[in-house]
Amino acid sequence: MYQPPSDPVNKAKHLKTSQLCELCHSRKAVIKRPKNLMKICKECFYYVFETEIHNTIVSNNLFYKGERVAVGASGGKDSTVLAYVLKLLNERHQYGIEIVLLSIDEGIVGYRDDSLATVKRNQKQYELPLEIVSYRDLYNWTMDEIVACAGVRNSCTYCGVFRRQALDRGANKLNIAHVVTGHNADDMAETVLMNILRGDVARLEKSTAIMTISAGSPVKRSKPFKYSYQKEIVLYAHYKKLDYFSTECTYAPEAFRGTARELMKNLEAIRPSCIIDIIHSGENLVLKPKKQKKQTVKSKNVKKTELNTQEQELEVRTDGTVSLNFKDGNRCERCGYLSSNKICKACTLLEGLAANRAKVQLDLDTSTDGAAKVVRDLEKLSF
Amino acid sequence: MSVALTVEFLGGLDAIFQNQRKHKVTLDEASGKEALKLRDLITYITNNMIENENDIPVFIQDGTVRPGILTLVNDTDWELCDEEEYVLENGDVISFTSTLHGG
Repeated sequence: MYQPPSDPVNKAKHLKTSQLCELCHSRKAVIKRPKNLMKICKECFYYVFETEIHNTIVSNNLFYKGERVAVGASGGKDSTVLAYVLKLLNERHQYGIEIVLLSIDEGIVGYRDDSLATVKRNQKQYELPLEIVSYRDLYNWTMDEIVACAGVRNSCTYCGVFRRQALDRGANKLNIAHVVTGHNADDMAETVLMNILRGDVARLEKSTAIMTISAGSPVKRSKPFKYSYQKEIVLYAHYKKLDYFSTECTYAPEAFRGTARELMKNLEAIRPSCIIDIIHSGENLVLKPKKQKKQTVKSKNVKKTELNTQEQELEVRTDGTVSLNFKDGNRCERCGYLSSNKICKACTLLEGLAANRAKVQLDLDTSTDGAAKVVRDLEKLSF
Repeated sequence: MSVALTVEFLGGLDAIFQNQRKHKVTLDEASGKEALKLRDLITYITNNMIENENDIPVFIQDGTVRPGILTLVNDTDWELCDEEEYVLENGDVISFTSTLHGG
């Protein structure tokens, strides 16, 4: 059940001119915008918040008329506000898009079941169709089972890999080629920081893109909240009394993202514009294209052996060996999903999981193929 | 003199307050002391309302409300009303909203 925040009962008395909204000069300012430190009232805040998102959408040509768009809806603040604002802007500015809510059920009792209840309420409140795809249906595993098998430490790895695929598969099921997600400016700045701290130059360049399209994949992704501050999203949800779910995942804390987030929040407290500044820096960090080395006889030989190793088909295995041979548009041999390797990451993880489950329950399991499924079938039997 | 307030913990922050979002709090003014301020409420919350001592850093950092938690006084950002120096009034609604969770 949603319990809205209480409305204030005390009205402001003796307003000073300095307390008025800097945009309309007629109402009391209630927020100080982190972007530019402007003091504005509720009504003006709604207007600028929505209009900035509209401008982001229009200037980046995110949608075309008649496009069907799936909102990756978790029930959390970002996706709830995204669904609400997209519906509103679509009606206000006639984008002519059709919005569908797409949720992933990871199978985490006490977390995802509650947040899905929020999404189901949103579906009614905003009158949007909803599609839920579950890990159980797609992979025959729930996150709870995966954690029981592989431990809490790796949970975010599994969940992240599976969710990315699940969103694509859900979109395919709905015949939709565009998934929008609620990633906000804080998330993006955090990702830029993380990639800098990790020295991940390849990801750094891609991480600030508002829209990502992989060659060969029919599903593109975009982030209309790229320039929207988390603080403003939460305030928007608060003032509009939007019904969102705010419990942290049972298997969080994602250690590394946690520290980057702390750093961001502390930076923001000193200088709020730093979030947008970091995104701006990230956008402008572009790698110089690699120079072609002059080929002397000696280096020619070295190159040849390098080429040979690169030509071998490498795979990401459960033991951690990573393929350097990155090809866009490849398909997984097992499930047909887009993959840079012979076998996609999800199938590799599933393989490792199945092997683990078989080890734990040897007495029940006689097959080596699809062990997880057999065990579950056996568990269901009654005599 | 005393002030009666409505204090709300939102955005998941209720998890450290017995999962209860809305609380009624009455603060008593120590005799001879100046008017009650928001700082006094924060001290009161830290000392009396957080059940588990280990949860205090979730709410407080460096002696003030942790960055990433929005503090609203009657729906107005506390940055616009003197932050901790705000003089509490009877009937005020003070809300603390965490933004530090997934979304």
